[in-house]
Amino acid sequence: MLHVAGVSGLTIIDQLPMLTIVVPMLAAPLCVLFGNRHIAWLLAFLASVFSFLFATHMLLQVMDGDVLSYHMGGWEPPLGIEYRIDAANAFMLFLISGISTIVLPYARRSVAHEIKKVSHTLFYCCYLLCFTGLLGVVATGDAFNIFVFLEISSLSTYVLIAMGAERDRRALTSAYDYLILGTIGATFFVIGIGFLYMATGTLNLADLSVRMANMEGNRTIQAAFAFIIVGMGLKAAIYPLHLWLPGAYTYAPSVVTTFLAATATKAAIYVLMRFMFSVYQPDFVFELHTLTWIIMPLAILAIFAASLIAIFQTDLKRLLAYSSVAQIGYMMLGIGLASKSSLSATIVHLFNHGITKAVLFMVVGAYVMRAGSSFANNLNGLGKQLPWTSAAFVIGGLSLIGVPGTAGFISKWMLIQSVLEADLWWLAIMLVISSLLAVIYIWKTVEVLYLKEPDVSTLAMKEVPLSMLLPIWILAIACIYFGLNTEWTLSMADVAAEGLLNGGGK
Amino acid sequence: METLTAIIAAMAIPMIAFISNLMHGDERPNLRDGITFIAALATFGCVLTVLMNEGSVIGSTHTIFTVISGLDVAFHVEPLGLLFALIASGLWVVVHMYAIGYMRGNKEKNHARFYAAFCLSISATIGIAFSANMFSLFLFYEILTIATYPLVAHKGTEEAKQGARVYVGTLLGTSIGFQLIAIIWTYTVAGTLDFTQGGILQGKVSPMLAMVLLGFFAFGIGKAALMPFHKWLPSAMVAPTPVSALLHAVAVVKAGVFTMLKVGVYIFGIDFLAETKASEWLMWLAAFSILAASLVAMTKDNLKARLAYSTVSQLSYITLGMALATSMGVIGGGLHIAMHAFGKITLFMCAGAIYVATHKTEIKQMTGLGRVMPFTYGAFFIGALSIIGLPPLGGSWSKWQLMVASADTGHLIMIGVLMLSSLLNVAYLLPIVAKGFFLTDEKNNAESGIREAPFWCVVPPVFTAIGCIALFIYAGDIQEFLMPLVEVK
Repeated sequence: MLHVAGVSGLTIIDQLPMLTIVVPMLAAPLCVLFGNRHIAWLLAFLASVFSFLFATHMLLQVMDGDVLSYHMGGWEPPLGIEYRIDAANAFMLFLISGISTIVLPYARRSVAHEIKKVSHTLFYCCYLLCFTGLLGVVATGDAFNIFVFLEISSLSTYVLIAMGAERDRRALTSAYDYLILGTIGATFFVIGIGFLYMATGTLNLADLSVRMANMEGNRTIQAAFAFIIVGMGLKAAIYPLHLWLPGAYTYAPSVVTTFLAATATKAAIYVLMRFMFSVYQPDFVFELHTLTWIIMPLAILAIFAASLIAIFQTDLKRLLAYSSVAQIGYMMLGIGLASKSSLSATIVHLFNHGITKAVLFMVVGAYVMRAGSSFANNLNGLGKQLPWTSAAFVIGGLSLIGVPGTAGFISKWMLIQSVLEADLWWLAIMLVISSLLAVIYIWKTVEVLYLKEPDVSTLAMKEVPLSMLLPIWILAIACIYFGLNTEWTLSMADVAAEGLLNGGGK
Repeated sequence: METLTAIIAAMAIPMIAFISNLMHGDERPNLRDGITFIAALATFGCVLTVLMNEGSVIGSTHTIFTVISGLDVAFHVEPLGLLFALIASGLWVVVHMYAIGYMRGNKEKNHARFYAAFCLSISATIGIAFSANMFSLFLFYEILTIATYPLVAHKGTEEAKQGARVYVGTLLGTSIGFQLIAIIWTYTVAGTLDFTQGGILQGKVSPMLAMVLLGFFAFGIGKAALMPFHKWLPSAMVAPTPVSALLHAVAVVKAGVFTMLKVGVYIFGIDFLAETKASEWLMWLAAFSILAASLVAMTKDNLKARLAYSTVSQLSYITLGMALATSMGVIGGGLHIAMHAFGKITLFMCAGAIYVATHKTEIKQMTGLGRVMPFTYGAFFIGALSIIGLPPLGGSWSKWQLMVASADTGHLIMIGVLMLSSLLNVAYLLPIVAKGFFLTDEKNNAESGIREAPFWCVVPPVFTAIGCIALFIYAGDIQEFLMPLVEVK
């Protein structure tokens, strides 16, 4: 069922698709205007709570496959900008705003530790802009609007990463790297959209898909596809377009790393799926252009190469960053298989990996706060000094490996099932073996935490404050909960996958 | 108590003890260890309740919750699992007493962490024993691996860390690399993972594929220490002896062979295995494991290492029992779980007692110790005889059954393997006893102040040694108890 609303919508409920994005957007300048770092934090937190509540409400509305269509300013699509919420993007909105709501209470202390006090208001302002951008990219149903929000989130991300310079000057070069690559990505993306507009005369995603139905032979459309995939692929850090990611994740402030790792690449992958399955038709993408044979080998390469590199990292943040590249490989594999079950496996993995990585990066942030760095040789014996934090790391690590009883197992199981459905035996075996690489790098870290003799400086360290511990544990418990009770995540992912394949629930 | 309640209680009580251990830390050790002891008794009581309620039947399945449709966490009661749970929880009581004596007598550190991990392992073991499908079993199997890791690495020395690395690497590696594939494969072809009498694969896979699938299972169950994935077991011997005693002679390794039997009986089905001859190669491999590990054991001078290789060899008896694909073999394998548990735990506890009393680990240093430690050496002697399989000790019956099974299936050569293995057992176990009693050291042991180990280190092995004798008498009852396993409905 299609629910339509615009500014003329009578109740506040009808305005939710817009409010979810506008609330954090307006809160951002307020942070700077008030100029007080405590108020800035509070504004950020409240904005993110509101977005989360709105997103949850919308998710409940679209869970059965309904679609919410919101017309910006009352202009009818395809001329006006349409926000189109179906199960797939409602799920993403829920993930992004949920992670933000959990990360912000944690951020208070972590930011206070890692960033100069005078920059706090600016930090929360940029954070909110980045948050707005990611929500916007996901919510909107207009191709050019995606570009606009993408730039909002990217520009603020560059600033956020550079703020890590307080701790390590290399944050500046990492931010610069990302600036260059991110701009190339965005440019490619906008060129792609330009081509699409040239060929069809519309920017509305749903309308695009209708008008492109019989234009498969059109060169412009084909070129547009290539530009869009490469452009978004850069933002999603698809192997081998991932080069900006390890540096950015390693040197950004811990809160930023947590937030980006759990949401930013996920939003980009969502946009990729939207274009591959809703705007372009799957048979165009996969049969005519045999994209399967480009995406799948790269995905497998990502899984193995990035995991292998992760094993040899001594900086915990960089290790987890490479692990993220590998995990994106799993998601791309699900996309490459292009079946309903593989797509829903990817969506489940987006969510499960989001919470898993958030736990791990938050724990590393806690270590940075106490030990001063995330280098493995500064973390000797921390398991005993920070027992709760370290226990959460073990849970997150197990979920990353995919041990049964954790969220990570569910997504891997779903993915392997869909691989078997496609009769790719060898691939299933490779996937299982790839988890063993994760065992190595997680176990390496666990040994450092629990078995190395603590250094003299370590002995004085205390557990991190409750405001950091609580968010860590909420997500750690979520890692186990969603590993045991999958009713909600799996049914959600199924509806979302179906919605994507049906071109956004027409 | 309802059966299901009792099963859940048997898993929950060790968890309570786990939390209690963590909360008490290393303050008030008597209270902490007392609570754990009561928990051990209560756990055993719960398992006994299950026995009273159900007796020797294959009970109905209780689903706790569904993870993905078709993947349930579910429990059921069947004779083999019940036997395993009884042994594990019963011997926990004994080993806990022993552990208190050993850990204090030996001045080990981090007691609370040690007992906590112990409790968690027991809880997981009970979970394995009552699992009603392969997924639940796999879940608890993995928990057991992770829970025992801190125990193996307990000493925190470089050697302990290296041992623990091999331990967890092999067990997680094989279980994810092979067993998980086998489980997913089974699920794909059979559409279910429930343990069903007669198996779930009958007619679903060709004989050739059944052979490959069995291979994934057999190597995936790393805890069964089938060669060439046996290295973790000697590596794990760096753990304190109570861990070696309960976990690496009873809970962990038996969880392995128990899973092996479960897969043979309830996933493949004995008849299906016999028809397709899918397990024939496994039989040969098990026979090789039996002999090769015994030969390696002879070369080891470190007592615990020798016992570890002996365990590798004895575990393959049980795998052999399954691979023979006949009901007698399965019964023999099931019996051997009980017999070997009692025999080997006695030997390990004696090894630990010797270590506590003398700090000696190498066999060549142990001359003449029997004269000053008569109870320890007496218990060791009985345990050794049971492992060798001589009457009037429990070990003789399981070996007998396995030989009968070999004769039944026409694999006469397996009888030869089993007999040869017994001789090898004699060759590597009895010299230890003989040296202890009949040789004298240049330095007089009594003069150097070596006395019998502390009370709590001696009573438990004596108790289990008596158990070995009792099992000889009651073997018939256990066999009767296991019969529903192979009865065709």
